[in-house]
Formats: sequence, structure tokens, C-alpha cells
Amino acid sequence: MQFGIFGVGDIAVDPWTGRSPSEHERIRNMVEVAVKAEEIGMDVVAVGEHHNRPFVTSSPTTILGYIAARTSRIILSTSVTLITTNDPVKIAEDFATLQHLADGRVDLMLGRGNTGPVYPWFGKDIRDGIALAVENYALLHRLWREDVVDWEGKHRTPLQSFTATPRPLDGVPPFVWHGSIRSPEIAVQAGYYGDGFFHNNIFWPKEHTKRMIDLYRGQFERYGHGPAGQAIVGLGGQTFMRRESQDAIEEFRPYFDNSPVYGGGPSLEQTMRETPLSVGSPQEVIDRTLRFREDFGDYQRQLFNVDGMGLPHKVVLEQLDIMGEEVLPVLRREFASMRPLAPTHESRKS
Amino acid sequence: MKLAVVSAGLSQPSSTRLLADRLAAATVRAEEMDVETIDLRGHAHHLVDAMLSGFASQDLKPVLDSVAEADGLIAVTPTYASSYSGLFKSFVDVLDEEAVAGKPVLIGATGGTARHSLVLDYALRPLFTYLKAIVVPTGVYVASEDWAGTTLAARIDRAGAELAREMAGREKTVAADPFTDPVSFEDLLGGR
Repeated sequence: MQFGIFGVGDIAVDPWTGRSPSEHERIRNMVEVAVKAEEIGMDVVAVGEHHNRPFVTSSPTTILGYIAARTSRIILSTSVTLITTNDPVKIAEDFATLQHLADGRVDLMLGRGNTGPVYPWFGKDIRDGIALAVENYALLHRLWREDVVDWEGKHRTPLQSFTATPRPLDGVPPFVWHGSIRSPEIAVQAGYYGDGFFHNNIFWPKEHTKRMIDLYRGQFERYGHGPAGQAIVGLGGQTFMRRESQDAIEEFRPYFDNSPVYGGGPSLEQTMRETPLSVGSPQEVIDRTLRFREDFGDYQRQLFNVDGMGLPHKVVLEQLDIMGEEVLPVLRREFASMRPLAPTHESRKS
Repeated sequence: MKLAVVSAGLSQPSSTRLLADRLAAATVRAEEMDVETIDLRGHAHHLVDAMLSGFASQDLKPVLDSVAEADGLIAVTPTYASSYSGLFKSFVDVLDEEAVAGKPVLIGATGGTARHSLVLDYALRPLFTYLKAIVVPTGVYVASEDWAGTTLAARIDRAGAELAREMAGREKTVAADPFTDPVSFEDLLGGR
């Protein structure tokens, strides 16, 4: 079982102080949070990709390359890499380069992105979203596995005798997670290739998440990659902790109420009942996370969002301390029997 | 057969609800069926929550399901600013896109003046046409003076009979479920 953190590099006002970090601060802080995540024993750090404000993460492989130099063990991943608007040739090359720099501790999560105006900035059209995800990944999959590729498709210029360089480290393509919140086509795609499937379940009720995961598991089996229970599933989670449950609620509520996603909608309490959002004592966060296994079966990767919504850097580091001291040891013990394990560069090399 | 009745009336008692009940009774007189009536007032906050959170809460989900699973629908709204009310449209916005496709629907509206009677044909009918519903020819608009008139009962009976006939003569359509009957990835790869 892998534990990690994921974020999208949102810049938000801290409602307690009225202050928001500069882009420079936010980017530097993301690196420090990643270093801290390795220190407390996390396995994965994933950085999102966005090209519009209020996000600073337009270039995840640049950030991950820098994190690679500051860390030695943690797996570098994304949440997500846009398979629709990025040229698959560039994705193939960027992540193979990152593999070489990080000695293989690299994987990535592919997603479509969901903001219409972003597509034309990269010469694409959101109405082709699914078609782009399907065609671009079919090409990316080949670029990492075949030294010389001849290719023709609808959405980019043909390739003749093309070799993506550098080649993947040790000839092992980075492991791919397909991330989708509500497109069944993407769960089918993940199952077709026998890749991983990540459902970012934060903001969503478990019934919805279960439908997506069950679809993926069924397709994994249908396309001959093994029994549904062997499929590779990842989940998100969002937590905020203080020793006393009530202190956590009081401190977190203004962030919740001012959040562009949560604010103005169902209350914090109702949101905690109906989605994975977990605000309270470490024990409450542990209990909530353990329920994921009951709801969705054994899974392979658990990523927590801990640094969004304007939470100050100091508080984020405190959250990771609590996570490392009180939450991770228990979750590791409780989840130790979950199988299969998530693929890594080392496991796929042999 | 199952009939869902949606009323967007706000006051208590509500003339919109009264119209909805009379339309339902006329439909049941023409053809025996089970009726489930939904007063949107009790779900107003849940509807706004669903718009903001992107999913229907555990309180709202059964309401949306009962419309989707019904064989026919009666939809009645008060006239606000010459159209259906915001609450009524919020409910329609939160319904699954395919929830009423192929489903017989009887539309009704209430208003303070007969001058709004075209709200049925300028606002409700195009809305349900967009949703691919089978809207029966007779819709019932009731202005304040109609409650005292002598022709309302006949219009209600006629509309109810049309809905019952349409429901009885139609196979129930069930929207395709992309989770239980997923696309073939070979088709997606082939650009289909």
C-alpha cells in the first residue's frame, strides 16, 4: 500500500489572515511540502497540472525534477497530467527524462482536464476530450514501448520512423494511472490497458466512486489482465487534524466556507457525512480512511490533499507531522494485508 | 404503472398542488396506477446544494430516482415572471439528462391572470421537448378566475385521459446505463 499527498497548487486567501502567498512562495512551498512528505514516510508526491489562475502548476515535470533532486526515496507523480492538451510526444520525453533524473521513482496520472477555455490555448477543442484522451494515450503507450514508431491519427501530425528520446529508464515505461471523476470511458480505457485507475473521490459520495471503480475492475478482467480484484486502484482523501476534534472543525471551517468548491453549498458537517472530507482528531481521520477499504475493496494507493484552500505553509507542515506520527503508522498496520501492491519501477523491472 | 407528480407550488395550501392533485386523479380515473407526489418546496435547499456540490444528497436522490423510474410524469408550476418558477427549473436542471426521455409528460401551470396562459406552450413545452419527453397535446393552465369557472374539470379530464392513454400504450423507456453496459474500447479506439 502506498500513501502520498497530492495537490493542484491553488493560490487562495487564508481567511484567518486575509493573506495569500505569491506564486513564488507557493511553488517553493510545494517543494518543501514534498520534502517533508518524504521525511514523514510518505511514498508518493503528486503535482497537478493547470494553466489558469488561481493555480501555479502549469509545469509539473519542472517542479518534480527539482523535488527529485531534494529527495531520495519518494515516488514522483502527477494529479493529473493532461493527456488531451499535451502532445503525447512531449509527455513521453518529459517523463522518460524525469525517470533518468530520479532513478526510476516516477509514475504519472493522466486526466482530461475539464475547463473548456483551456483546450484552445493548446490548439484543441473540449468536444474532442474523450477522443483526444483515447488517441493520445494510444500513441504515448507505443512511444514508450517501441523504439521506432510510424503513426497516423486524427489529432496531430503523423509520425514517420520517430524515436522518442530518451528511452524509458531500464526499458520500463512509467506506470500510468488513469484519473477520471465521472467519465466511464476513462475507466474502460484504464481496464483495457491494464493500467491503474485513480478516482479522486474527494467531493463525491461513495456510491458514485464505487460505480467508477467497479466498472474499471470489470473491464480490467474483461480485457484479460487478471481477476477484477487484481486491478490497481487509487483514491484521494482530504483531511485536517487537531488533537481535539472540535479544534480542527473550528480552525478549518473558514477555509471550507471560503473554498470555491465547498463554499456556499452543503455545510461542513453534511459534506463530511456525504464525501471523504475528514476534519477532526487523528483517530477520526484514521477511521474515515479505513472505511475506504470497506467501501471499495483492497486498493493500492491513497493520496491526501493537505495543502490547498489557503492553508498557511506552517499549518500544512504541522498537518504532515501529525500524519506521520499518528495516522500513517496505524494505516500502514491496518492496510498491510491489502493486495496486490502498487507497481513500482523496481517491481516492473524484474 | 407508476405516475410521478411534481408540484412547484410554494404556498400552503397551494393552488399549484391542487391542480397537480386534480390532474393526477383524472389520470388515475382513466387508468389504474400508483401515484407518487413530490412537493418541491420541501427539497428547495437540497436542490441548491446539488447544484453547488455536483451531486444529489441522500435526501434528494430518492426523489430524482422516483421521477426517472416512473412510467409517466405530471409537472405543474406556478407562473413567475411569465415563465416556470426558478424552483421548478432548478429541479429540471438537477434531473439526469435522460431522466424523462421517451416518457409521457402532462404539463400544467397556474397564474394570477389568463394573460399568462401561453406559458405552457412557450416555456414548459419546449423545455420538455428538449428533454425528449412525449408531451401530451392538452396542457392545463389555470388562472385565478378558472377555479370559479365551469370548464376546468373537462380540461383536466381530457388531459388526464391523454396522459393515461399515452402511458398505457407505451413501453417504458429505460435510459442506457454506461456503467452496466459500457462502451467497447475497440469502438473508442476506432473513433466510433
